[in-house]
Amino acid sequence: MRTLLQETIERLLADTVTPDLLRAAETGVWPADLWAEIEALGLPFAAVPEDLGGTGASWSDIFVVVRACGAAAAPVPLPEAILANSLLASAGLAPPESGVIVFAAGSADAPIADVPWARHAQWLALRDTTTGRIALYSLTDARIAPDSNVAGEPRDTVTLAPGSLIADADTSAATDAVLLGGAMLRSAQMAGALGRLTEVNADYANERVQFGRPIGKFQAVQQQLAVLATQAAAAVAAAEAAFLMADPAPDLLTTASAKAVSGEAAGKGAAIAHAVFGAIGFTHEHSLHFLTRRLWAWRAEYGSDAFWAERLGRTIAAAGDDGLWPLVTGAFAETTNP
Amino acid sequence: MNLLDQFGPPVLPTGLGPLRTAVREFVAEWTPTSTPEKRALSWMGFDADFSRLLGTKGWLGLSIPKQYGGHDASPFERFVVSEELLAAGAPVTAHWIADRQSAPLILRHGTEAQKQRYLPAICAGELHFCIGMSEPASGSDLASVRTKADRQADGSWVLNGRKVWTTNADRCHFMIALVRTDPASERHAGLSQIIVDLTLPGVMIRPIKDLSGHEHFNEVTFDDVRLEADALIGVEGDGWAQATSELAFERSGPERFLSAMTLFRCLVGAVGPTPDARQAMEIGRLAAWLISLRSMSISVTAQLASGEDPVWAASCVKDLGTGYEQDTVEVAMRLIDSLPPGEQAATTRRVLAIVQSMAPSFSLRGGTREILRGILARGLGVR
Ligand SMILES: Cc1cc2nc3c(=O)[nH]c(=O)nc-3n(C[C@H](O)[C@H](O)[C@H](O)COP(=O)(O)OP(=O)(O)OC[C@H]3O[C@@H](n4cnc5c(N)ncnc54)[C@H](O)[C@@H]3O)c2cc1C
Repeated sequence: MRTLLQETIERLLADTVTPDLLRAAETGVWPADLWAEIEALGLPFAAVPEDLGGTGASWSDIFVVVRACGAAAAPVPLPEAILANSLLASAGLAPPESGVIVFAAGSADAPIADVPWARHAQWLALRDTTTGRIALYSLTDARIAPDSNVAGEPRDTVTLAPGSLIADADTSAATDAVLLGGAMLRSAQMAGALGRLTEVNADYANERVQFGRPIGKFQAVQQQLAVLATQAAAAVAAAEAAFLMADPAPDLLTTASAKAVSGEAAGKGAAIAHAVFGAIGFTHEHSLHFLTRRLWAWRAEYGSDAFWAERLGRTIAAAGDDGLWPLVTGAFAETTNP
Repeated sequence: MNLLDQFGPPVLPTGLGPLRTAVREFVAEWTPTSTPEKRALSWMGFDADFSRLLGTKGWLGLSIPKQYGGHDASPFERFVVSEELLAAGAPVTAHWIADRQSAPLILRHGTEAQKQRYLPAICAGELHFCIGMSEPASGSDLASVRTKADRQADGSWVLNGRKVWTTNADRCHFMIALVRTDPASERHAGLSQIIVDLTLPGVMIRPIKDLSGHEHFNEVTFDDVRLEADALIGVEGDGWAQATSELAFERSGPERFLSAMTLFRCLVGAVGPTPDARQAMEIGRLAAWLISLRSMSISVTAQLASGEDPVWAASCVKDLGTGYEQDTVEVAMRLIDSLPPGEQAATTRRVLAIVQSMAPSFSLRGGTREILRGILARGLGVR
């Protein structure tokens, strides 16, 4: 499953997500063809069980899809749609058959801020913080105040229209399921972006000539690239762990670790990438910023690295010195672990 | 190289639970007989009796075949035993090098006689080895070693030269040394690995006090030391390849991120169950990296288990892991004045002093940070 998903999504994104497409997306153009292909492949339903019409893939397999979206800076809310549909399914609600769906947490009768991609979406899976229920809303008549993150991705404020509730249900999902799920998605996207950043940096270091040789021949540059690579590797490994432990629901320890580590790695990695690219990478013309600005944006969303570190720290402190190691080793599935 | 696929999901196979529980219970029983200050030494703590006890428990030589006294176990079992011992600060240094690298090296390259002679005793925790690579003029530039072994007419060897920074040479039985066996050779060619019985005449061992006041490493001088013909291990002239593939064993294990674990534990205890925001953030950040490094190390172990040679990924773990260990000291420094007064804070201060004075070595031993990053850069195709 994982290999198939990885090949499918990586091929699709490599063929379609060009710098031109990304530039157009930032001016508000919706890449309808790309989304149509994504729907045709059934990718938004990857985490939905088969009896509810989905693929029933594990989050560990879905990791490669979300990571690929990050690596390609894909200007579509596929990670959001996968999580939104899975939230609905976990409450026993059937996901809508087509159309863009995103998720948020908030109260249905108040404006909901920072909803990803709302202006292009038809549906909203809402974790209602007032009723504690999971609800499916139509966004057709919703009032949308556009806003965006530092990468120019839509982060809109949504006021739901009266009568736009399609269905809702009680849920066993944790109160912070949206926060945890969002953090998990962003950690994998950052891992992907950092991996791609390392590749484009290595390529550039082999091409750009100064003092009569490629800048990659300078040891100072090599050491910087090595640091970028280790940060990318750490983000990948941290996010892998979070996705591995995300069935049936995102897990606090590994998600907090993943968001804290990938956030820190994003900061260090983007800084190195800009240093290595010099002035050309600081231009709007160059495509480096499609990755680096997303890293900055995703680092801040669904809890910063400091936010998750603090939360993890409270859990660790409560467990105490004798509880620390069992907690760390218990973080990964080892079924017979005491 | 596809960087993103260097680390797969950190899946530990099922069935390791009983082993983990057994080691954890054994260590819990031992802990009260030790002190936090001793546990702070991590894998620099020496206790030959403890090593022998581990041998009788069947926890050494896990990856060595049964016929040589080992246990035919998977790298995962070795991982679990190692991390449980290290997390508790158990004194493992006596057997550490022999179990981690000498035994696999002898198994891979040794003659049948060498395997019979050394492996069972290593697995019993009775035979301790050290590594003689570095020399006064050869550190990072290992290929410049000058210690030489001259082949005699009867096939025996005469060894002359000097090794330095040799961990535990003064308390080990044997050294595996990288030496020049072809006097006319230069650099990587003409090097061989040779087993030196450290009790032989002509071997002089001088302990060197490090800045923490401990005598962990040594200077070892060889003055016409006569070695039998079968002191050579592996193929004459293949020493460089043998030694560098041996280094892969030592770069991805949990000892590359658990050296400061006793300090982390003390810190958590001293901060108490209701930390302020600053304390919670600092402790949580360390925990996040610890969990993630463990994820990396498990996925490297999975690659080892399936017969791959994950040199690049292992270097990644060591570079990040030793940085994390040093960071633990930084965090402790930032929090030390915030700890509620009492016995735990006092202990943490003493443990910090010990770990702080060892920390500079974390990113030197086993290849410096700069050398590792050079290996990583080569893997990225820029070198
Ligand atoms: C606690 C401890 C235990 C040890 N135990 C052992 C042991 O048991 N057996 C053993 O054989 N050795 C041992 N060593 C030695 C260790 O392997 C060496 O210290 C290490 O390889 C570095 O060599 P050096 O100290 O001579 O430093 P040098 O090689 O002189 O390096 C000094 C500095 O220059 C940098 N540098 C050197 N070359 C380059 C380059 N090409 N590019 C960029 N930077 C460079 C280094 O990274 C470092 O920052 C131990 C060391 C320590 C600290």
